[in-house]
Amino acid sequence: MAVPVEEDERDRRSSPGGRLDLEALELQLLLEGVYKQYGFDFREYAPASLKRRVWRRVHAEHLTTISGLLEKVLHDATCMERLLLDLSINVTSMFRDPTFYVAFRSQVVPFLRTYPFTRIWVAGCSTGEEVYSLAILLTEEELYERARIYATDINEVVLERARAGVFPLDRMRDYTDNYIRAGGRRSFSEYYLAKYEGALFDRQLTRNVVWAQHNLVQDRAFQEFNVILCRNVMIYFDRPLQNRVHRLFHESLERFGILCLGHKESIRFTEFEDSYEELDPHEKLYRRVK
Amino acid sequence: MTASGAHELVVIGASWGGLDALRSLLRALPGDLDATVAVAQHRAPESHPTAFRDLLGAVTVLDVSDAHDKEPLRRGTVFLAPPDYHLLVEGEHFALSTEAAVSFSRPSVDVLFESAAEAARERCVGVVLTGANDDGARGLARIRELGGAAIVQDPATAERYEMPRAAVKAVPDAHVLPLDEIAGALTALCGTGKVARV
Repeated sequence: MAVPVEEDERDRRSSPGGRLDLEALELQLLLEGVYKQYGFDFREYAPASLKRRVWRRVHAEHLTTISGLLEKVLHDATCMERLLLDLSINVTSMFRDPTFYVAFRSQVVPFLRTYPFTRIWVAGCSTGEEVYSLAILLTEEELYERARIYATDINEVVLERARAGVFPLDRMRDYTDNYIRAGGRRSFSEYYLAKYEGALFDRQLTRNVVWAQHNLVQDRAFQEFNVILCRNVMIYFDRPLQNRVHRLFHESLERFGILCLGHKESIRFTEFEDSYEELDPHEKLYRRVK
Repeated sequence: MTASGAHELVVIGASWGGLDALRSLLRALPGDLDATVAVAQHRAPESHPTAFRDLLGAVTVLDVSDAHDKEPLRRGTVFLAPPDYHLLVEGEHFALSTEAAVSFSRPSVDVLFESAAEAARERCVGVVLTGANDDGARGLARIRELGGAAIVQDPATAERYEMPRAAVKAVPDAHVLPLDEIAGALTALCGTGKVARV
């Protein structure tokens, strides 16, 4: 039997604010459905940008509501794959933030030189731009031979792209500028072959790279590292999840190991503020001290 | 317009000509403004890391700083969208994203405004200043739709009229004000002095 709805209650639900509450409910149901059906857990992602990505997928599927997307995702695994790409791809570029690489050369490289062998984790490597940038830097510093880079991402599809090492040719001009400003010592074009629309990067750059699927939200520590890079990945997580990932990094980083975050990410707003000392306040390089 | 002093989040969007307009606006805001201010100004990814902040900070008694991810909103502070990031408001803190540019811009005014509208609803004020595109128009409409207030720089007083004109077209009931009257309007909307400054 239908329960009569009060008139002002009906007004509230159809108001813009009421629709916003409904949208929040639909988003929650979508994330719950994705988790229960496919095991991918986006429930603790930062909601504002997550919602923008979800709406982009809703429109691309020619749907009108988030609940419509939930129905399609549950019944069509290929739609889930497309949503997963939307939610997990990190847009990045080679030598993004050139000053970070300058600081890495001056502050992290001397630290790495004190070890006979080093392990570096690029967590959330997406399509691999940062991994190739780092491999180039280590090669030029003559540290590549004694380094192993663990490059992980939640998404197999982007890892496959990263492994292939082919990047759009039209980005090479920007990447070359970045490379020069990042303190590059050669000609950037020495590192790739231009083929059709793609720039194929030198296979030598990945011979010490281990590509692996790893989910920062759900998986455990797997290795001890001297350096962890996780730049502009955790900005998509809410604060409780950020704290859990920081715990994972803290467990995975050797004492005096170095954590590299994005320019506008700060350890200050996490539970691990006291476990690190700031090596470079602008570049967000932190040394684990306890 | 809702009751005076009831607003506590001011979001400002600017593009071409924005530096001068922002300096003029911030200079006229009182140091005890009872609101958090967030600014999305279009600027190049490789722009100097502190020059923009310093140029604004030099003319205002309010604190000016680049917003960090998950940084709490703070009254009496002007937070800037960092170059090459989108700035979003999420509940009581800021969030960043490096998603693709929206309307060719990162930061995008629309992204800031839409998230601010949803986080602060009727406590939000959006201000669209000078610029040569239509970024901010959609976001300002969203702010109005959710009960917030809308202010647009009078296109006639703007270095570039396109952005304010697009905003007025999208939000016909916005308050259209010459640049030198916007600070007064914001002060009336947000009130002053409820929080002691340290």
